[in-house]
Amino acid sequence: MLKPQPQQMRNLFSKKNKGPKKPLTVEQKITRRNFISFGTFFVASGVAYGGWKWLYNSPEETATITAGARKPLRRALNQTELAFRRVFSNNNLVKTYPKEMAAKNVRHNEDIGNEGKIDVTAWALKVKKQSGEVLNISIDDIKALPKTDIVYDFKCVEGWDQISHWGGVKFSDFISHFKLDAETALQYVGLETPDKQYYVGIDMPSAMHPQTLLAYEVNEKPLPPKHGAPLRLIIPVKYGIKNLKRIGTMTFSNKRPPDYWAEQGYDYYSGL
Amino acid sequence: MKQIKEKHPLAMRWTHWINFPILSIMIWSGMLIYWANDVYTITIFGHKFFGFFPEGFYNTFHIQKRLAEGMAFHFLFMWAFAINGLVYVLYTIISGEWRELVPQKKSFKEAWLVLLHDLHIRKMAPPQKKYNAAQRIAYTAIIVMGFGSLITGLAIYKPVQFYYLAWLCGGYHFARILHFALTIGYVFFFLIHIIQVILAGWNNFRSVISGFEVISKPDPKPIVETPTPADEKPIQ
Repeated sequence: MLKPQPQQMRNLFSKKNKGPKKPLTVEQKITRRNFISFGTFFVASGVAYGGWKWLYNSPEETATITAGARKPLRRALNQTELAFRRVFSNNNLVKTYPKEMAAKNVRHNEDIGNEGKIDVTAWALKVKKQSGEVLNISIDDIKALPKTDIVYDFKCVEGWDQISHWGGVKFSDFISHFKLDAETALQYVGLETPDKQYYVGIDMPSAMHPQTLLAYEVNEKPLPPKHGAPLRLIIPVKYGIKNLKRIGTMTFSNKRPPDYWAEQGYDYYSGL
Repeated sequence: MKQIKEKHPLAMRWTHWINFPILSIMIWSGMLIYWANDVYTITIFGHKFFGFFPEGFYNTFHIQKRLAEGMAFHFLFMWAFAINGLVYVLYTIISGEWRELVPQKKSFKEAWLVLLHDLHIRKMAPPQKKYNAAQRIAYTAIIVMGFGSLITGLAIYKPVQFYYLAWLCGGYHFARILHFALTIGYVFFFLIHIIQVILAGWNNFRSVISGFEVISKPDPKPIVETPTPADEKPIQ
């Protein structure tokens, strides 16, 4: 009986017709497996190196609300923001401390937008409502609201942290007292210094977090100029860069308001 | 006679080599971040022995004034580091490979003997399977450290949302110190690892790429057929 010979059929296009294959010797197996695995290793290393070169040399983003970061890295920051916004909750609170633990010398880094003297009596917080109406709120109007104190670990984007004691009105209390509830349906709060030199954008959930304050006291005394007299933002769910001093104007928007450090390559969200 | 002895599974080799560049990028971008508040020193009884890092080190690696850049890289590659680590750990658990890896009771005693042997003080090394006692401890410790970096990292990254992790790490401030110390630990691990790999030689190194080692076995003895005793005959 004739057996079918598939081996020959398969070898139709090969030059040599060797007949049935012999099992590989150990030496051949070693050579073959080395070739495949080292080949893969070098190709994969090349791809990884190429990928890194591409990322490292990728162009800077076009300057809009954010600027100064490599394009793909900015995308990654924004995507990562979305992922971590999912775990944000008003039930997650910053740790608080007894006030004895608060620093006597409260550290401060920058004076951008906070330079020179300010006439506190002439100062008023401008709140721009959706309707176009502008509220001018004096520091006494704000101090008349229930006061909230917080002693917590202030965190700077640079990496240092310091337990400090702040007093002021809860942002959410401020909103409800001045009937700004409709504005909180918008996604962002924008804050700006009177000279417009420093400005931050805060997502609404972070602004409405129960520990976010419009602070007018540090260590139970009115804010000194270097800490943002007469009114500053204290927002424990953000790095220090978002804790704007000497607030001049407050706006509400569905678009990201301008943000000083997001224009310098930092994450817009900068949430903790 | 040469023989192929399977050593490292494919999943372990891939995750090992993927981890290498990712961890390098994490350490580098971590230094760009650390520079902005480079306060850590080794100080014993008030005497400062070393400050992380000397100016020359920063200059050599161009580390200054790149905080934003460092954060952007760090917060992208953290995903890769975590996912790759998770794949490795899951593989090691599910495949049963952990049995070769996790230290045994005797490992802690034996590790000293391995050390003495490696230092050429002791002639004999304790018998081992895939990994010796010192390797079991080192390779398990490095996984625990990786997990530690993830936890301390999250504790620094979102200390309010993950307040329980920050608490677990002894607070935000201490978590940053731990995160840094773990990184220094990786660098030491890396140095010893490289020296050991060089000393162990080609066959060992190849096994982390090809997966197998080549061992020479004495030629097999000719098989002598022995008649099966009557009482061991299978039941018909």
